[in-house]
Amino acid sequence: MSIGIEVDGRALEADEGMTILQALRRAGMDAPTLCYHPNLTPVNVCRACVVEVEGSRALVPSCSRRVEPGMRIRTDTGRVRRARKVVLELLASSVDTSTAPELAAHVAAYQGDPARFGSDAVRVDEPLRDDNDLYVRDYAKCILCYKCVEACGEDAQYTFALAVAGRGFAARIETGADAPLLESRCVFCGNCVAVCPTGALMPLIEHRMRQAGEWDPSRQHVAETICPYCGVGCALELHVQDNRIVKVTSPADHDVTRGHLCVKGRFGFTYVHPDPPSR
Amino acid sequence: MPEIRRLLARAGVADPESLEAYRSLRGYEALTRATERGPAWVLSELEASGLLGRGGAAFPAGRKWRAVAEAGGRRRVVCNADESEPGTFKDRVLMEEDPFAVVEAMTIAGLTVGAEDGLIYVRGEYRLAATRLRQAIDQAERAGLLGADAAGTGRAFRIRVFRGAGAYICGEETALFNSVEGRRGEPRNKPPFPTQAGLFGDPTLVNNVETLCNVPVVLREGASGFRRYGTERSTGTKLWCVSGHVERPGLYEVPFGTTLGELLELAGGVWRGRRLQAVLCGGAAGTFLGPDRLDLPLTFEDLRTAGGTVGSGAVIVLDETASLWDVVLRVARFFQEESCGQCVPCRVGTQRQLEIVGRLASGRARPEDPQLLADIGAAMTDASICGLGQTAAGAVLSALTLQPLVPPSNSRGKGAQRAARGRPGESV
Ligand SMILES: Cc1cc2nc3c(=O)[nH]c(=O)nc-3n(C[C@H](O)[C@H](O)[C@H](O)COP(=O)(O)O)c2cc1C
Ligand code: SF4
Ligand code: SF4
Ligand code: SF4
Ligand code: FES
Repeated sequence: MSIGIEVDGRALEADEGMTILQALRRAGMDAPTLCYHPNLTPVNVCRACVVEVEGSRALVPSCSRRVEPGMRIRTDTGRVRRARKVVLELLASSVDTSTAPELAAHVAAYQGDPARFGSDAVRVDEPLRDDNDLYVRDYAKCILCYKCVEACGEDAQYTFALAVAGRGFAARIETGADAPLLESRCVFCGNCVAVCPTGALMPLIEHRMRQAGEWDPSRQHVAETICPYCGVGCALELHVQDNRIVKVTSPADHDVTRGHLCVKGRFGFTYVHPDPPSR
Repeated sequence: MPEIRRLLARAGVADPESLEAYRSLRGYEALTRATERGPAWVLSELEASGLLGRGGAAFPAGRKWRAVAEAGGRRRVVCNADESEPGTFKDRVLMEEDPFAVVEAMTIAGLTVGAEDGLIYVRGEYRLAATRLRQAIDQAERAGLLGADAAGTGRAFRIRVFRGAGAYICGEETALFNSVEGRRGEPRNKPPFPTQAGLFGDPTLVNNVETLCNVPVVLREGASGFRRYGTERSTGTKLWCVSGHVERPGLYEVPFGTTLGELLELAGGVWRGRRLQAVLCGGAAGTFLGPDRLDLPLTFEDLRTAGGTVGSGAVIVLDETASLWDVVLRVARFFQEESCGQCVPCRVGTQRQLEIVGRLASGRARPEDPQLLADIGAAMTDASICGLGQTAAGAVLSALTLQPLVPPSNSRGKGAQRAARGRPGESV
């Protein structure tokens, strides 16, 4: 069923059940998003995507609110811009954004100045957790978007190795009593790594190459193939740099995988090379 | 305006552990009328009474009851007795001194909206309140007022007491549900609202203790009798928790419309004959009112117009010797500690706000600080998920408009005064 809404004074058609964000994007408009992922249930926690909806006292997250007939939405008011800008500045002032291009781009687009809170503004202070052969966790980069928790839980993996613990500024992604991953419930599917928007979760190979200054996307190409391990037929994207596979992903819009893989498809590629990079 | 004893009629008078004592002072009259006249009458009286929720959001009680009554399937009733707002102790007094009133009101609620399960979520520290409520529930069950055939209606209604574990956020209704369900105490996404999908996913009526305690009064006196006190839009009486620098801190019941000055007079005025500096009205989630506001009628509408709020009913009085910015610092720390951490504006905003208020309170203010507070406050107020973040800047921003009275020379808040002079404007 098609319903009529109004965005920034412009009449739009939207489908019933659509979110405001989906309606915006279909009409060629947009809102900045960080915690939104097309294959995960919206948690609407980052608040970068807020818009004004007539009749709502507070701003409304466009990624989760569904359109209603006659809804009047504004994406371009001073209130919206101010809230988005400050939210992005607050985030960027609290974590290491060096491997979070999306966040950095949004901050720039809103002319944000994260430094204005002062050089002594408290930041998320966490050591690198490098405790297994497949991926590292660098929570000093974590924006608490909940995507990894959702991917590990009911939205994909049903393993529930990850949860949020603590509260306020001390809230963190946790394996339970901060157990090393090998002692947690993790089965190393890497689905959390695939959805992480900040590089807080990163394959070990990529992490090592970045440390050595060898990671260079401009020298990478993607080869599409099908996972050789089993009969499911998951689509793989092999990221190849200097004729070596350096990372494996799956397309988020692929019917079989929706971007998710198992440990073999995601990490079981080093046999291809005679001398796999050592740990 | 005089103090009245309507909600507090039995407090300190009747034995709170005796059903007979409760009955002898008009207890259970309202339930009897409700069962005689039926749910439709209860709903229309409640709507006509104009009773607004006392838990902070001022939502019309009748409309909420009707929404749950009209919802399908299994329904629930929850009494929000988490009372964790700083300076607030009205629900505690009601539960400790008049527990049967809470039980009677919930029974009326259950039978009216068609729920069989009632739950009282009591702040963890309130041991005596929980004990008294359990005793009252036991006695009501033995008297047939609760149970498989509640009050002879042929319908079941039971009440469980659930004790919280010490998180302010679990007083937010949807975080409260998560807490009861054994999940992380985080507010849920709204919509759906509790009346649509609440505790365990069932349509749920959530009301504050004081809201519920007004219901038997409405049904006994009728909507028009109830409206004898209060204003057109703020009907009935209100419990105010007056604390701080007054001669007689305590709980005061007055009609809505009583002015701030009259309330302070009831409490004996500012102690030791000192001058009033400010009042923090509504709790930490409220706002500061200056001494020029003594004529303000305490109603939902007047407080809203004045940029304030009834909030939790806390009125914290500061005399001229208090360091305003030390108080503001405690408020800022409270929100930084109690934020659940789910959404960015509140999780990081309360942290940054604390850092900046810390500078103001210790005379290390930077020129950009008022602007930063205004920007952070706007983002928290506008873009946070729940009422915690949405109100976390209210007290801080209102303090910026006041003149701190402690002379700069012996104030730790010198920077604060400097900061207060700059007027934060719109940025972007
Ligand atoms: C952070 C936060 C804490 C709250 N704490 C309480 C509380 O302790 N007691 C309460 O009755 N309402 C509290 N509320 C309000 C509830 O969410 C809800 O609005 C209220 O219980 C509804 O009851 P009422 O309609 O009778 O006011 C809180 C809200 C927020 C955002
Ligand atoms: S690798 Fe898979 S199982 Fe392990 S934490 Fe990530 S999503 Fe969960
Ligand atoms: S680790 Fe990554 S995916 Fe998980 S919450 Fe942090 S930023 Fe989001
Ligand atoms: S506003 Fe604060 S308390 Fe409320 S959901 Fe957001 S982080 Fe949690
Ligand atoms: S993208 Fe909507 S709140 Fe994060």
